[in-house]
Amino acid sequence: MRHSRKLVGAAYAAPVALFVAVFFVAPLLLVGRMSASDWPLLSGDMGVNFPANYESIGDNPLFWPAVGFTLKYTGIVVVILLGLSLLLALIVADGGRRGTGFFRTAYFLPTTLGFASASLLFFGFYSPSIGPLDPLLQWIGLTDEPVSWLGTSGMALFSTVVLVVWKFAGFFMIILLVGLQAIPPDVYEAARLDGASRWQSFLHVTLPLLRPALGLVLILSVTGSLLAFDQFFILTKGGPDNSTVTVVQLIYREAFQRFDLGAAAAISVVVLVALLVFNIAQFRALRRDA
Amino acid sequence: MRTDKRHSRPGRTAAVALAAAAAVLTASACSGGGGGSDQEVVLEGVDDGTTLTMWTRAATEAQSQALVDEYNAAHENQVELTVVPTDDYQTRVGTAAGNQELPDLFAIDVVFAPRFTTAGSYLDLTDRIGALDFKDALAPSHIDVGTVDDRQYLVPHTLDLSVLFYNKDLYEQAGLDPEAPPTTLAEFAEHASAISELGDDTHGTFFGGNCGGCFVFTWWPTLWAEGQEPLNEDGTAANLATPEAQELYSTYRGLVEDGAVAPGHQEETGATWVSLFPEGNIGVMPMPSTMLGLMPEDLNMGVAPIPGLTGGESTFVGGDSIGIAQNSEYPNQAWDFLRWSLEEEQQVELLAANGDVMARTDLADNEYYAENPDAVLMNDLVAVGRTPYSLGFGQTFNDPQGPFLPLIREAVYGDAGADLAELNDAVTASLNS
Repeated sequence: MRHSRKLVGAAYAAPVALFVAVFFVAPLLLVGRMSASDWPLLSGDMGVNFPANYESIGDNPLFWPAVGFTLKYTGIVVVILLGLSLLLALIVADGGRRGTGFFRTAYFLPTTLGFASASLLFFGFYSPSIGPLDPLLQWIGLTDEPVSWLGTSGMALFSTVVLVVWKFAGFFMIILLVGLQAIPPDVYEAARLDGASRWQSFLHVTLPLLRPALGLVLILSVTGSLLAFDQFFILTKGGPDNSTVTVVQLIYREAFQRFDLGAAAAISVVVLVALLVFNIAQFRALRRDA
Repeated sequence: MRTDKRHSRPGRTAAVALAAAAAVLTASACSGGGGGSDQEVVLEGVDDGTTLTMWTRAATEAQSQALVDEYNAAHENQVELTVVPTDDYQTRVGTAAGNQELPDLFAIDVVFAPRFTTAGSYLDLTDRIGALDFKDALAPSHIDVGTVDDRQYLVPHTLDLSVLFYNKDLYEQAGLDPEAPPTTLAEFAEHASAISELGDDTHGTFFGGNCGGCFVFTWWPTLWAEGQEPLNEDGTAANLATPEAQELYSTYRGLVEDGAVAPGHQEETGATWVSLFPEGNIGVMPMPSTMLGLMPEDLNMGVAPIPGLTGGESTFVGGDSIGIAQNSEYPNQAWDFLRWSLEEEQQVELLAANGDVMARTDLADNEYYAENPDAVLMNDLVAVGRTPYSLGFGQTFNDPQGPFLPLIREAVYGDAGADLAELNDAVTASLNS
């Protein structure tokens, strides 16, 4: 009986296991093999050259600046996204108020747009020749001259962060909203009876009970930001002057500009290991405090 | 940002997965290679009802589509054209070449061609090209770039030249002669400055300041016209810090400092740089010849060769070359299409009629060009124009993280009179890596 239950369980898990094996584990092994081989894009596997591809990572003058930039970008985006999506969730949490449905939909809407399309949309907004932002700001009187939205390293980062926050705040808001709604009302009632102010009940009731949802948002936004590619590829192409090059852009560059799949795979493996360590640390931290 | 959610469970599942994956890997490792054809070479091609596959990039779709439609209508063979977004094209073709999944025919941006010809992605066409009675009239710089060790792999497909476009109405308003476009770089700068004085919404010129490929395409002809060689013949050494090159940079630098360049040049990555001139408020700028057919009817404009510093003229002969994939099973049928596409009737009726530059230099005397002096001018430039050759071209000049862009940006936006020798060495190093 027990034995057959186990078999049934395995049978249920088999389709997913097969899926994971074919679409995740197999490519992963292939990447591992590539990273240890001389593997030009055009001619394919030319034999093992381990650890040449890994050694060349450190020689790439763009690598450490890219790591630095990716971390900086991740820090900025995660802090803003976490704060803003929590604020949005709190604003639209009370379903009874007029217009709540409208605002929930409005905040969530950017999520439904593809990321590349959203990047192109903002590329248009920021364009000095066709963008509507500059004429608008000048008409209001906020600026006298066209703003160079993507022309300096600071503005390019700022403009990209605006896009990412616009695109993802609504998505994380929904996750936090679900978390908020899962908190039973009687906990708040108890807090009120104990004389807690709104701020105190937010700090000591809402935040601790929202921890799982916040943890999910944190992990998703950190991982997503560390893997940033599309937005910079479309908006800045890593410019100006290589100031917005992310690690994933380096991988793309090795593979499709320099046609060296081996070097690209080596950076991918390093990023994967770093992400793995990062996520394990995050899981541990979140679990320990819970 | 990506939101991947990947879970994997430790233990037995993982072991099963590993075994399965290993099996997949072994299988894929064994399936490489192969392909190719053992057909005997038929020099004039074969038309026997074969279906051929062909890829091209979106930038040259119009010309390719016209040729394919016409060919399919009149032949047993049928060509199935797939158009790939321009930015993805090199990626797509590179991946397919690595996996032996190339179509029978594929075009390639001519500057990227050496990568593919030397890697053996293209079939040797030397004998077939040699049998054409108009072989000497094929765009010479395209043929040169498609040649490796005296073997020819490519024929010109669609040509895209860099030429000056100038707005005659703005020339008149600025008191310049609308029939006298610049003949030296200094004149170009004078004209641009004069036009930028016309008003806040009118600008002298424009260029893609964050686009390496644009700089090569639009600025190198000035150096060539001056007898300079920004790149040596075998594409292994850059020569971009010469006094002549410095003068070129400082001329554009002066235009930037005087505010004669339309806003946005500094961050222009090449995605929208050609969209400003047709609006009618740019005086004079070098642009791709394929833009001629896309100009608004009411824009009173002219075309002129890109001048050197002190005179002369040259152009960058870009566009696509095309060849037959090494592993195509139907090289004779594929050649039938290529040979046909280069014949006089197709070149004149499909390309010249549309104002496009032809792949041949011997057909300029045709009924359509008689009414289109701009097209004649561009077609004549093909004979004197250049196409730079280097194995490392893309990774050096087109890659936004390549070493060429920092050199140009230092020269145009950085410290005035900066020493470019070190940056030039970085470009040379990349050409050889």
